[in-house]
Amino acid sequence: MKLQLNGEPLDTPPVTLADLLDAQGFGGAKIATAVNGSFVPATARAARILNDGDQIEVLAPMQGG
Amino acid sequence: MRDFYGTSLSGGLMLGTAQYPSPAILADAFRRSGAGVATVSLRRESGQDRAGQDFWQMIRDLGVHVLPNTAGCHSVKEAVTTAHMAREVFDTKWIKLEVIGEEDTLQPDVFGLVEAARILSEDGFQVFPYTTEDLVVADRLLQAGCEVLMPWGAPIGSGLGLNNIFGLRAMRAHFPDVPLVIDAGLGLPSQAARAMELGFDAVLLNTAVAKAGDPAMMAEAFATAIRAGRLAFAADPMEPRDMAAPSTPVIGKAFLQ
Repeated sequence: MKLQLNGEPLDTPPVTLADLLDAQGFGGAKIATAVNGSFVPATARAARILNDGDQIEVLAPMQGG
Repeated sequence: MRDFYGTSLSGGLMLGTAQYPSPAILADAFRRSGAGVATVSLRRESGQDRAGQDFWQMIRDLGVHVLPNTAGCHSVKEAVTTAHMAREVFDTKWIKLEVIGEEDTLQPDVFGLVEAARILSEDGFQVFPYTTEDLVVADRLLQAGCEVLMPWGAPIGSGLGLNNIFGLRAMRAHFPDVPLVIDAGLGLPSQAARAMELGFDAVLLNTAVAKAGDPAMMAEAFATAIRAGRLAFAADPMEPRDMAAPSTPVIGKAFLQ
């Protein structure tokens, strides 16, 4: 199925959000996630099954004013 | 000194973390200024680079309070979602709430700001709203649950200083018990001193320090000016007058004509 991860297209077999993050190298990172514009807490990632066309945002601490 | 949601800040300076020439200079600016708060943001992370992880470690090492922002958000939904993500990542209830309404001035969308502030306050956030000096908006933000207000001095990154002294003075007078922070627009330490002389409780700035030729020295200059302004306000300044008034006593003056 096709997803968008931080705006980039990604082709993957059906997965949960937690699996996708592990596969993409985010394991153990301090990040926050949203799917289709809605916040998904860390505790809910393992149960969040991703669907074709989902847009996933993975955000991390960054400089700001 | 007023508390910010129960937290007392000694220096009166909240300092941004963007645009510094290097992480070492950023850390030096914090050390020399004694800033008690670092504002931070959230941006897309790459699973390969993981740039945000190094930045987070550096911020933790500064040992200051972290104030995440919702910079760049233009809608209530975007700002509220970003706030939730920030709360999880930074492990704080504090959020500097920005809902931008105008692209050229980066002026807040005050209608969206009030709505987002209400939603977040009800959800347990401690909201620091980036607002204008409008008193009606300020009142609505307080009703929405905000216990701190952060009016702009001038447009973000402009360095113009305090564009509306009248409005800011009125805000201080109308809300004597509310912690007030000048957020955005300052370019020089004298402007920060002026804000503190008006009775503001802190200033939040970034570009004026980060883009100075010597950011660490400028950070110290701002800290010194903030201290001077705070002392001056506490010392109850004299009233200005239009005409001269001799400061040396006239009585006892020699007759030498």
